[in-house]
Amino acid sequence: MAYDLGRYDGFSPDRYREESPYKIHGGCGLMGICDESGALMSGEEPIRAMAVQRDRGNGLGGGFAGYGIYPEFPDHFCFHMMYHDLRAKDEAEGLLRESFAIEVAEPMPTRPVKGITDAPLLWRYFLQPYPEALEEREMIAEDYVVGVVMSINARVDGAFVASSGKNMGAFKGVGFPEEIGRYFRLEEYEGHTWVGHNRFPTNTPGWWGGAHPFTLLDWSIVHNGEISSYGINSRYLEQFGYTCSLGTDTEVAAYLFDLMLRRHKLPVELACKALAAPLWSEIDRMPDRDATLMRSLRAVYGPGMLNGPFAIVLGFNGGMVALNDRIKLRPLVAARSGSRLMVASEESAIHTVLTAPDEVWAPKAGEPVIARVEGMDLLFHSQLHASPAEISCAVRAADACHELEEVAV
Amino acid sequence: MQQTFVQPEFRVKIDYDKCHKCGRCVQQCGWGVYEFNERPIPHDEKCRACHRCVTYCPAHCITIEKNTLAFRDNDNWSVDARTSVWRQAETGGVLLTSMGNPKPYERIFDKLVLDACQVTNPSIDPLREPMELRTYLGRKPDAVSVIPDPEGGFMLAEDAGVSRNIKLDVPIIFAPMSYGSVSLNVHKSIAMATQRLGTMMNTGEGGMHEDLFPYQDNIILQVASGRFGLDPDVLGRAAVLEIKIGQGAKPGIGGHLPGEKIDRDVSATRMVPQGSDAISPAPHHDIYSIEDLRQLIYALKEATGYKPVGVKIAAVHNVAAIASGIVRAGADYIYLDGFRGGTGAAPQVIRDHIGIPVEIALAVVDQRLRDEGIRNQASIIAAGSIRSSADAAKAIALGADAVAIGTATLLALGCHLCQSCHTGKCSWGITTQKPELTRRIDPDWGAERLTNLVHAWSHELQEILGALGVNAVESLRGSRERLRAIGLDEQTCRVLGVKPAGL
Repeated sequence: MAYDLGRYDGFSPDRYREESPYKIHGGCGLMGICDESGALMSGEEPIRAMAVQRDRGNGLGGGFAGYGIYPEFPDHFCFHMMYHDLRAKDEAEGLLRESFAIEVAEPMPTRPVKGITDAPLLWRYFLQPYPEALEEREMIAEDYVVGVVMSINARVDGAFVASSGKNMGAFKGVGFPEEIGRYFRLEEYEGHTWVGHNRFPTNTPGWWGGAHPFTLLDWSIVHNGEISSYGINSRYLEQFGYTCSLGTDTEVAAYLFDLMLRRHKLPVELACKALAAPLWSEIDRMPDRDATLMRSLRAVYGPGMLNGPFAIVLGFNGGMVALNDRIKLRPLVAARSGSRLMVASEESAIHTVLTAPDEVWAPKAGEPVIARVEGMDLLFHSQLHASPAEISCAVRAADACHELEEVAV
Repeated sequence: MQQTFVQPEFRVKIDYDKCHKCGRCVQQCGWGVYEFNERPIPHDEKCRACHRCVTYCPAHCITIEKNTLAFRDNDNWSVDARTSVWRQAETGGVLLTSMGNPKPYERIFDKLVLDACQVTNPSIDPLREPMELRTYLGRKPDAVSVIPDPEGGFMLAEDAGVSRNIKLDVPIIFAPMSYGSVSLNVHKSIAMATQRLGTMMNTGEGGMHEDLFPYQDNIILQVASGRFGLDPDVLGRAAVLEIKIGQGAKPGIGGHLPGEKIDRDVSATRMVPQGSDAISPAPHHDIYSIEDLRQLIYALKEATGYKPVGVKIAAVHNVAAIASGIVRAGADYIYLDGFRGGTGAAPQVIRDHIGIPVEIALAVVDQRLRDEGIRNQASIIAAGSIRSSADAAKAIALGADAVAIGTATLLALGCHLCQSCHTGKCSWGITTQKPELTRRIDPDWGAERLTNLVHAWSHELQEILGALGVNAVESLRGSRERLRAIGLDEQTCRVLGVKPAGL
């Protein structure tokens, strides 16, 4: 699937009137947790971690992403879709059907929750690209999927791909994160890695797709910050075929990680050093070989450097990375408890989930906190997490209970 | 002899009550305005309003006024237009002039404004936080590739990093001005300043005088159509080579350094006979197409062990496609010279009517190179004319890696933009080879003034970056989102890739 190379014409396409062509501003709260042993935890814990950070959001966006949650379909890409209406659904499904062999198509299991209104149509699909299609285009599956995601997001009015990775999914919408979590029945899923987000947008798009996490393939990003270099970051990405249609920093961060980790095959430590680059004065003081490497990294990826205040958590199949900006202008606290590594905007979230952490610390500016699930390939998801779980797609919308659940804070 | 119809442009007024009758004005004026007969008597018609006499008059008794002679109003036939006709009817020649295009075309820089952070993202205080201006000019790979380091961590894979880039501590370099058009003391002033500032100067097309050899690591040597002052020794000394195709002030036009400016030293440096005119042809006679340019780029690289080679072009209508070709021909940077760029001598009709603004050229070149996925293969230097740190910041936001300053450099050394460089009589000792005039510039003094200027602009750039909430210049570079247009039409906004203010 060829996708638009995103010729910059000065004005973004106004597919999403709610979001673009304006740059979206906002503050936020976030969390990420990963059990490096690969042990699973339910969605209950991320919900609780976000609930105590309720004040960091304003009810206009909350969301989570979980990894290892679909063990029944480890090799299928799972598309979580949002549709404004049936026309958008028909159009997007047409595109999906054309591009993929669809194994399962089903509505997302949800339950009615007080505070959650105006939900779009939420569907998920387990699918795989046709091998012939890949062969014909001489593409690997991941690039092909990225192309379809870009096409749907940029071209199909009212349809949005919330996530598109393997054995993972994003659950997000307009509301406080704990409400969103209950709405999507997250406590019924189990994953080894979770990220969560609470949004405080300063304009009010009230649009479900605009909530975090933002995802592409396996990458999910939650982000608290304001990337002041957005303009050049997005233009840099356009050069590589990414279309930044949402006007959000998170989208840009996700594409940058995808570019550096998946396409340029940089180790995650170095990708972080490119995004939150050390100062030249620090580079000049490094031993020669490191200095040469960092100088190149900074000179080449300078247009991709995320400048401005941010704390960011990148989730992927195999772990997570948390990163602060180059001069630590946004909060980020980390903790370890046994095999669990957790990060959050506020320490309270850590103590809510980890009762007696071995260690709690504030990561330094530009120093990534990296959690890796034992035995999992960091870059690609070819070897999937094999431990059993009973959740996921077995839960159907029809099973949902109908009483309104009041979400405790 | 027939009376000229051209009236003096200026009136030189001397307050004789205050005048010391010391004759310093007579001595200072390079144009021969003053005659001394018990007191200085000015000949208005020779005055260029360069203010040399005004500045150095110990009694402060000289003032220069516009000749306010009334002409019958005519919007169509301006006084300038009428005067030009009279001049040409008298001489039958091409009207010569100097420095940049002074016509009232739209000044786009003045219609662009920069952003600042409020609440949602913090501005950064450059007095407390690091604020980085360092810039690397040159070809960069698409990606960095690394291999595991046996001692732990990662190291660059072979030939995978950035090499042969030009390190600049500030994204401001000195524009090409040849020895011959300017004096050796001007070149020395600039050379000393580049070393103090960690930036580069450009020899222009006149070669590199041996007095500049100590500064050779900060010198870009220009290879122009006349090929003046080039031999293997000099090519080997310069840090960077630049092929000059065109100049913003006179696109498509060659150069002509009159024989009277070619004294012994200039002759030795240019490698042309003393006293003979040095003519630069309009095109390079070995470059009649893009593939020829490629050959010259690689000939220069081969001759110098693969030093960076840049290409300077004038901003013309089809500049984006030309730039793309230049990058694909192997240039390490493109120097874009806008139609406001200065010159030591040019036909007025060319200077005032040919070429396009650098803002437009820069915007379309940067975008074209991005569209073609080759923006990383070459850097862009914008020039003609960068008048302030604000212009520099706006140029960088439009996509420039660095800017070059020529006119501002000369202004710092005393130039008053009297547009008379071609006469070789510069009273400020800048664009002349007359020893009694060139000694007016002491290189130490000149270097200090230039260092001050660039330091001041650097501090201002840092303040701008801080207000924008970023702490490195690469985060502003090409970030057109941080620019807004006020009063530009929609089409121009679209070409610039800049939204109107309010959007």
